[in-house]
Amino acid sequence: MTFCDRCGEAAARGDHAACERARALEPPRYCAECRRRMKVQVVPTGWTATCVEHGTRAS
Amino acid sequence: MPEILEMARAQVLAGGAGLGEAQILEVLRLGDDHLPELLQLAHDVRTKWCGPEVEVEGIVSLKTGGCPEDCHFCSQSGLFASPVRSVWLDIPSLVEAARQTAATGATEFCIVAAVRGPDQRLMAQMREGVKAIREAVEIQVAASLGMLTREQVDELVDMGVHRYNHNLETCRSFFPRVVTTHSWEERWSTLTMVRESGMEVCCGGILGLGESVEQRAEFAAQLAELDPHEVPMNFLNPRPGTPLGDQPVVEGRDALRAIAAFRLAMPRTILRYAGGREITLGDLGTRDGLLGGINAVIVGNYLTTLGRPATEDLALLAELKMPVKALSATL
Repeated sequence: MTFCDRCGEAAARGDHAACERARALEPPRYCAECRRRMKVQVVPTGWTATCVEHGTRAS
Repeated sequence: MPEILEMARAQVLAGGAGLGEAQILEVLRLGDDHLPELLQLAHDVRTKWCGPEVEVEGIVSLKTGGCPEDCHFCSQSGLFASPVRSVWLDIPSLVEAARQTAATGATEFCIVAAVRGPDQRLMAQMREGVKAIREAVEIQVAASLGMLTREQVDELVDMGVHRYNHNLETCRSFFPRVVTTHSWEERWSTLTMVRESGMEVCCGGILGLGESVEQRAEFAAQLAELDPHEVPMNFLNPRPGTPLGDQPVVEGRDALRAIAAFRLAMPRTILRYAGGREITLGDLGTRDGLLGGINAVIVGNYLTTLGRPATEDLALLAELKMPVKALSATL
């Protein structure tokens, strides 16, 4: 199962079109693999998002 | 031209005296058909009393999330079910963020922390971080660390922090509907100490919190009374999990009316585009605001959300023939 990285709900359940639109101006908040809340650091030119289990994503 | 704009032309443009609360309210009540002439007048006021330059700034969060306060718009409050987790930025990353901000031509770099006020750990991080930035990057350092004691104000001055941001967020009469863990007067007290210290005062707020148009006018008048060096104008970007998460976004024309009204209330201040402009105004509205009273921008990302790439804003400023304020002009 994968999860929406904005709202944390199952990606296959419900409509995540609004989440996708919002993500244009937001970093991810949930790990898409395990739904853990990630530690997110936003800086002027980018972001990093770290899941304690699945590592770090970056812009 | 409506009578209020004729009055503003004489009082603000010619005389340099900002509008009072009742006059601001009249401006905010102008119909859409008068918006173009309102924006033109605000632009003329900005050009006459501030010049053509635009001040560019980058901001970064040194300490994100886990705040004990309950500001109802904020995803960084630890009291709401927001997905934002607490995290600290390390000093090398802070310096790199300042370096990247300076590379855009920005003259200002503001270090922000989500706290009620700084504790010893945060002040120690600030001391180390500001020193490292000043040694490595040519940029003015500002700070936004919540409510301060007089000793902390003096410490920040000693570090070389030249401007302090502390937003009143909204007018005095509406503030208790937005924040219950501290008062508007406590914020005012910090701002008074900052001014007395010689640091530049940066104080603005957020429009679209549910305030009435009368309260928007009240807020502009209260800011004018404070007479800050800079006023950042945010528009609510409703954050999931916060009490204002379902609040509607400010309508673009109302945002432009507010920008112009705030400019007519404070003809000489640095009026800065801050968070929320992307969703409230979009690209076209961003341009209209720059031609309607705005003379400063935050480029790049915000604290927890993303902004337009700096290159897009800088290209727009070049197209509008608005020079970026040079560092030498800020010293």
